[in-house]
Amino acid sequence: MESSLFPVAVFFAAIFTNNILLTNYLGMCSFLSVSRELKTSLGLGAAVIFVMAFTTLLNWLVYNYILIPLELEYLRFIVFIVVIAAFVQIVEMIIERVSEGLYAALGIFLPLITVNCAILGVSLFMVIRNYGLLSSFLFGLGSGIGWTLAILAMAGIRQKLNIARVPKGLEGAGITLIITGMMALAFMGFSGMINIS
Amino acid sequence: MFPVQSLLISVGAITALSTFLAVIMVIADATIANYGEVKITVNKDKEFTVKGGSPLLSTLMSENIFIPSACGGRGSCGLCRVKVLEGAGQYLPTELPWISDEEKAENIRLSCQIKVKNDISIEIPEELFNVKQYTSRVTRLRDLTYDIKEVTLELIEPGEIDLRAGSFIQFQVPEYELTDEPVYRAYSVSSNPKDNKKVEIEVRLVPNGICTTYIHNYLKEGDEVIFNGPYGEFYLRDTERDVICIAGGSGMAPIKAILLDMAEKGISRKTRYFFGARSTRDLFLLEEMNELEKVLPDFKFIPALSEPAAEDKWKGETGLITDVVARNLESGDNVEAYLCGSPGMIDACVKVLTGNGIPEELIYYDKFA
Repeated sequence: MESSLFPVAVFFAAIFTNNILLTNYLGMCSFLSVSRELKTSLGLGAAVIFVMAFTTLLNWLVYNYILIPLELEYLRFIVFIVVIAAFVQIVEMIIERVSEGLYAALGIFLPLITVNCAILGVSLFMVIRNYGLLSSFLFGLGSGIGWTLAILAMAGIRQKLNIARVPKGLEGAGITLIITGMMALAFMGFSGMINIS
Repeated sequence: MFPVQSLLISVGAITALSTFLAVIMVIADATIANYGEVKITVNKDKEFTVKGGSPLLSTLMSENIFIPSACGGRGSCGLCRVKVLEGAGQYLPTELPWISDEEKAENIRLSCQIKVKNDISIEIPEELFNVKQYTSRVTRLRDLTYDIKEVTLELIEPGEIDLRAGSFIQFQVPEYELTDEPVYRAYSVSSNPKDNKKVEIEVRLVPNGICTTYIHNYLKEGDEVIFNGPYGEFYLRDTERDVICIAGGSGMAPIKAILLDMAEKGISRKTRYFFGARSTRDLFLLEEMNELEKVLPDFKFIPALSEPAAEDKWKGETGLITDVVARNLESGDNVEAYLCGSPGMIDACVKVLTGNGIPEELIYYDKFA
């Protein structure tokens, strides 16, 4: 049964109330390691938005037109991962070929996010929540934007952290996780607006 | 549905999907990622025609040009810098953490990150043409002192090494308890360069040192060792000046190689070698040095102990190496100096030597970092 939620609501919920990173804590690995600088975070974020939106779309098609008719829904984990990996690799090859600037800004991050659990997570949520084609695409797009928003906020904070006095034991990942927790609390403020989970 | 049937369907579906994606990937690799043959120009005079599309580092390696790299092309060590004159495109975010603004102005790039997609022109130090990766076998492990080991490596492939006395190699430590990736550490070669089928290095045990612990506690005779080299600008300059050598600990290695080379070539310049140690248990290779005193016409080995133990009954020079050098230095005229040891020792010795009138540009040193 298809979810009855309005696709636009799904889109905004994915950015704010159900932010993939701040409410599901998915995609933490690259979030922690690449959030040192605003510019690189933006590049990685753009790559995540693009890949999430289109892999969700592709996986929706594969799921609904191949796996469901063949009653192979239980294979979705393997299939989704393979589709994501192949898609990312081909996109990387294309970008590298056609645009040097785009490759430097975005393409270089693609291999990093092939195995990002947020990408797979979005495809799996799409199945659990029974989204239609448009909702799935917007959910992927929104989740990507939400993830980017979170990493940009974190990069901005971390640039300030460089000049702050952080207790020795908390430097690096420690203080970053604490701040992520506080950001998640702040994002909970949106939670009354829409709920999709 | 029978289990067999559903098994066939799932296997068939996965196979079909994987095959489909694999075909797409192969086509993409042959078309989109195919850059054809491109030309690499090295130092403006050597040209190689290679298959495009791979990182510069591995492409150069396939042409037997070995750029030093410790992480194996993952962009995490920053060692594989190369000057690119043209054809590399813009800087990638993965390079920037390793490249300073001055290096950027000179177009220094990380060769593991940039790909060869079109004709490219690069500049590398001439000596790198001679750098190769060697496999070797440990034929002897010898304790020189309680904390310094001499390692003899017999070359397997390539079977010979062409090195200059004083140069160093990079020893590869494989994965073991203290490291989850191979790491490289530099060691000066102590053997006679004429003996080109083996190299000897001297390794002092550093507490918790990844490489030194490996060599002291894990390495066994008969083990295979990979290293690359030779590197370095520490060698005896071809002049008529008197020579002063100063070393401490395993800094003995390159000086010993230089002395053996002098004996080999019949160089008869006046040579004084000051060797600093704490007590007699830190002294080693005394017989070899004695031998060299006999072979070289004007060579003296002057060991100096800073804290001789009472039971040492030491009759030689006593005191800090800097004081001993100052005491024994007749004049700074017509002298050049070769130093190898810890940064602290070298800095202190350079001060003493310049204070005695030896110009800084005639003081050559190899600092352990």
